[in-house]
Amino acid sequence: MLNQNPLWRYLLVVGVLLLALVYAMPNLYPEDPALNINATRGGAVSENTRQQLEQAFVSAGITPKAVTLEAGQVLARFASAEDQLRARQVATELLGNVNYVTALNLVPTTPDWLAAIGASPMKLGLDLRGGVHFLMAVDMKAALDKNINDLTQAFRADLREARVRYRSVTADTERGQVQILLRSAEDVAAARAALARLDREYVFTDGAAEFSLNVSLSENRIREIREYALNQNITIIRNRVNEIGVAEPLVQRQGADRIIVQLPGVQDPAQAKEILGATATLEFRLVDDQGDLAAALNGRLPPGSSLYYDRNGQPYLLENRIMLTGEHITNASSSYDEYGQPQVNISLDAQGGNQLSQATRDSIGRRMATVFIEYKPGEELQADGTPVLIKQEEVINAATIQARLGRSFRITGIGNPAEAQNLALLLRAGALIAPTQIIEERTIGPSLGQENIDLGMTAIMWGMVVVLVFMVIYYKVFGLIANVALVANLVLIVGIMSMIPGATLTLPGMAGIVLTVGMAVDANVLIFERIREELAEGRSVQQAIHQGYDRAFATIADSNITTLLVALILFGIGTGPVKGFAITLAIGILTSIFTAVVGTRLLVNLFWGGRRVQSLPM
Amino acid sequence: MRIFRFQQAINFMRFKWPALMLSALLVLGSLGLLAVKGINWGLDFTGGTVIEAGFSQSADLSQIRTVLAESGYPDAVVQYFGSSQDVAIRIAPRDGVEQSRISNEIMAALAKTSDSQIEMRRIEFVGPSVGAELREQGGLAMLVALLGILLYVGMRFEWRLSVGAVLALAHDVIITLGLFSLLQLEFDLTVLAAILALIGYSINDTIVVFDRIRESFRKLRDSTPEETVNDAVTSTLNRTVVTSLTTIIVLIVLFTMGGALIHNFATALLFGIAIGTYSSIFVASGIAVQLGLNREDMLPPPPPEKEGEGTEPLL
Repeated sequence: MLNQNPLWRYLLVVGVLLLALVYAMPNLYPEDPALNINATRGGAVSENTRQQLEQAFVSAGITPKAVTLEAGQVLARFASAEDQLRARQVATELLGNVNYVTALNLVPTTPDWLAAIGASPMKLGLDLRGGVHFLMAVDMKAALDKNINDLTQAFRADLREARVRYRSVTADTERGQVQILLRSAEDVAAARAALARLDREYVFTDGAAEFSLNVSLSENRIREIREYALNQNITIIRNRVNEIGVAEPLVQRQGADRIIVQLPGVQDPAQAKEILGATATLEFRLVDDQGDLAAALNGRLPPGSSLYYDRNGQPYLLENRIMLTGEHITNASSSYDEYGQPQVNISLDAQGGNQLSQATRDSIGRRMATVFIEYKPGEELQADGTPVLIKQEEVINAATIQARLGRSFRITGIGNPAEAQNLALLLRAGALIAPTQIIEERTIGPSLGQENIDLGMTAIMWGMVVVLVFMVIYYKVFGLIANVALVANLVLIVGIMSMIPGATLTLPGMAGIVLTVGMAVDANVLIFERIREELAEGRSVQQAIHQGYDRAFATIADSNITTLLVALILFGIGTGPVKGFAITLAIGILTSIFTAVVGTRLLVNLFWGGRRVQSLPM
Repeated sequence: MRIFRFQQAINFMRFKWPALMLSALLVLGSLGLLAVKGINWGLDFTGGTVIEAGFSQSADLSQIRTVLAESGYPDAVVQYFGSSQDVAIRIAPRDGVEQSRISNEIMAALAKTSDSQIEMRRIEFVGPSVGAELREQGGLAMLVALLGILLYVGMRFEWRLSVGAVLALAHDVIITLGLFSLLQLEFDLTVLAAILALIGYSINDTIVVFDRIRESFRKLRDSTPEETVNDAVTSTLNRTVVTSLTTIIVLIVLFTMGGALIHNFATALLFGIAIGTYSSIFVASGIAVQLGLNREDMLPPPPPEKEGEGTEPLL
C-alpha cells in the first residue's frame, strides 16, 4: 500500500526529536550569578578556604545557594546579582587580591540528571554575554632581531676561543644575518669551519666585502624561533589572564603569529589591556646572609640591602646589586636531575653568561635569589582613565651557588615537578623575547549583551509567529503539519547547537535562526505545491502525495546543497559572530530538510496515507 | 488558498528582452555608482575604532565633538546610534604607536562631557592590517562561492543554465552592492555574511526553477524552448512567491526588531531577496534561453529514484 511507513521509522524520528529536546532543555534553566575564587601562581585553594568563605558570606548576611570546591577553585552561587557583587567584596576583604583572584561568573543551573548525560546550555558568543575579544600579534621581527644580536655576541666569543682573528663582527638585522670581517682568506675558512662545528643550522654566504663572511639561520631554526616566541607569549598571556579574574578565559593561537584572547564578562577593557600589556621582568640578586633579618623586619635595613618576600610571605634580605636581569635568559625548561629530582635548566645569551660568570666568581656557596617583578593595575586611576600600575616584586626561588655559573646553569632542590614547571614558566615570562600588540579589539558591555539576547529572542519569536500564521492560512491543515515541522526544526537547531562543543550562539547566529525559520518552510512549500499540481492533473490522493514528496525531494536536495556550500565558505572565512551565523545557517539547512522531508511525510502518511480519501485539506 | 491560479503557462519569455534590458541598466547603474561613490566600508574593512557609549540622558553631540577635539580627536565622527541616549564615535585609523589605547582615552574624555552616567556599550578596534586581510578574505570568499556554485550547477545541469544562474547571482550581488553605494550604508562583516547568504538563497531559488525546466523539457516534447521555460516558471511561480514572501516577512521582523547592530544585515538580505526573486524568474532562464538552450542539450534523465531512497541517508 502506498504512503505507509513501518513503525520503526516513526520511532526513529520521535527518538531523534526527543533526544534534541532533552539536549535543548538546559537552555530553559536560568543561570546563577556566581563567584569563582582561584589561587594565583600555581597555588591552590583548600577545603579550609571554602569553609572560611562560606562563614564570611553568612556573617555578612549573604546566603549563598551553594559554596563548592571543584577543580581547584571555589564556586559560590548566589540568588541575585546584588548578592554576588557584595559577596565579591567580602571575598576580596577576606583573602586579599594578591594571592587569590575572584571572578564574577554566570553558571548554568542544569539539573544533575541532565548534566549527567552531558547536556549543557548553548555557549553564548561575546556579543551576547558581554566581554572582551582581543587579537594580538606577536612582533616576530623583534624576536628574530634579538636572536641575531645574541648571535653576534656569541660569535665574538666563539671566534676568540677558536683563535680566529677577526676585524669585526656586526649584526645586520635588516637582512637577518651576522657580518664577520676577517683579515685573510684562510681566516675566512677557519672562521667558517669553527662556527659550522658549533651549530649545523648556520647558513654561510660570502660577504660583498673582501674577506667577509655572512652567517644567517636556516629556515628550520627561524621557524623554531618564531614558534618559541609565539608559545612563550601564549603561556605568559594565559598566566596573566588568570590574574584578571575571568571565569572562562580563552587564549588560543591563530595562524603563525597571532593570539586570540577572549575574556567573557570583563567590565573594564582598559584594565584587561593593561594587564595583558604589562611587562614582567626578572632579577637575580645575592641573598645578604650577613645582614640581620630580624632587625631588617623591624625597619633597620643594613646598607646595600632590601627586604623581599616570597609567595608564602617568607622574608628575604637581598643585596641591592643586581647580578643579572631576565632579558638575558634565552630559554628555561624543567626536567629531572640524575637522582630523579625536579630541576630547572636555564640558558643565557653570551653577554648574560659573561655577567653571571663575573658575578658568581667570588660567591660560590652563597645563595642567589630570583625575583619576579610584575606590574599590576591598582585601584587608582591615571588622568586618561587607565589604572596606575603597581610594581610587585616576589622572590620565586633562592638557591645556593654550587660553582661559577656560565651561559647555562640549573636550579635544583625544587620541591616537586609542578613547582619546577611553574618556575620555568615564570623565568620565561620574565624574559619575554617578542612583544605583542593588540591589533583587533571587540568589546561588548554587559548591558548591550543582554539587550542583544532580548532583541534576538523577540525577532525569533515574532518571525516564528508570523510564519506559523501564514502557513495555516495558506495551507490549512497541511500548514499545521508544516508548522509542527517548523517548531521541531527550532528544537533540533537548539538541541544540536547545545550538543556541539564548538558551536557558539552569536547575534548574527540568531539572525541566522530567524532566516532559517523563513527559509525552512521552503521545502514544505515545494512539496505541497507539487502535491497540489499532481492533484490538479487528476491523480489520486495517494499518488499525489507519493509523487509530490518524491519529485520535490530531488529539487530540495539540489537547491539546499548550494546554500550549504555557501554556509561552509562563510564558516571558513568568518570571525566570531559571522562564524556563528554560518553555523546556525548550516545546521538550520540540514535540520529543515530532515523535518520537512522526513518528518512531515510521516505525519501526512499517518493521517491520510493508505486510506480512501477523496481530497486533501490544503 | 492560493496566490496564483493559472490555466495555462504565462508567457514570461515575452518579457525576456525588457527584463534583460532593465537588469543590464540596473547592473550598469550599480557599477557606475560603485565606481563613482564607492562603498562606505565599515570598520571591519578599513580599520579604526568605534566606541558606542550609553548616556543616562539625551547626549549632546556638539558638546561631545568639542570635548573630543580638545582631547586630540578632531576627526572623530559622532552620531546617535539607535536612540538619542546612545552615541557612536568613529575614529579613523592613525599612525600612532598604541592604537588600542584610543578607546581608553575616548572613554576618559567622554566622562568629562556631562554629569550623566556614561556606560561603555561597545568598543571595536580593528588594526589596518587586519582590515586589509578581512577585505581580501571577503572578496575571495565571494569569488569562491560563485565559482563553487558555477561548478556545482555546471555539473548538475547544462552549461547554459549554469552560466545563466551565475550571471543572475552576480546580477543580484552587484545591484545589492549598488544600493549600499547609493544609500551609503555601512558595509561591514555582517553585510558580507548577508551577501553570501543572499547568494545561497538566490541560487536555491534559481535551481528550483531550473529543475522544473529540465523536467518540462522531458515532458513537453513538441514545444519550443521558450514555451518550455514558460511552463516551468509558471508552475513554480506559486512556490517562488510563497517562499520569498515568508522569508521577506521574517526579514521585516528582523529589520524592525533585531536592533541597530543587524540593521544593515537585514537591509542587504531584504533587498537582495526581492531582486533575487525577480532574477530567478526573468533573468536566469532568460539568459539560458538566449544562449541557445534546447531539448537536445539537456542531460539524459537521471535514473528514477525508488521511494525513500534519497531519504535514508538523512536519518
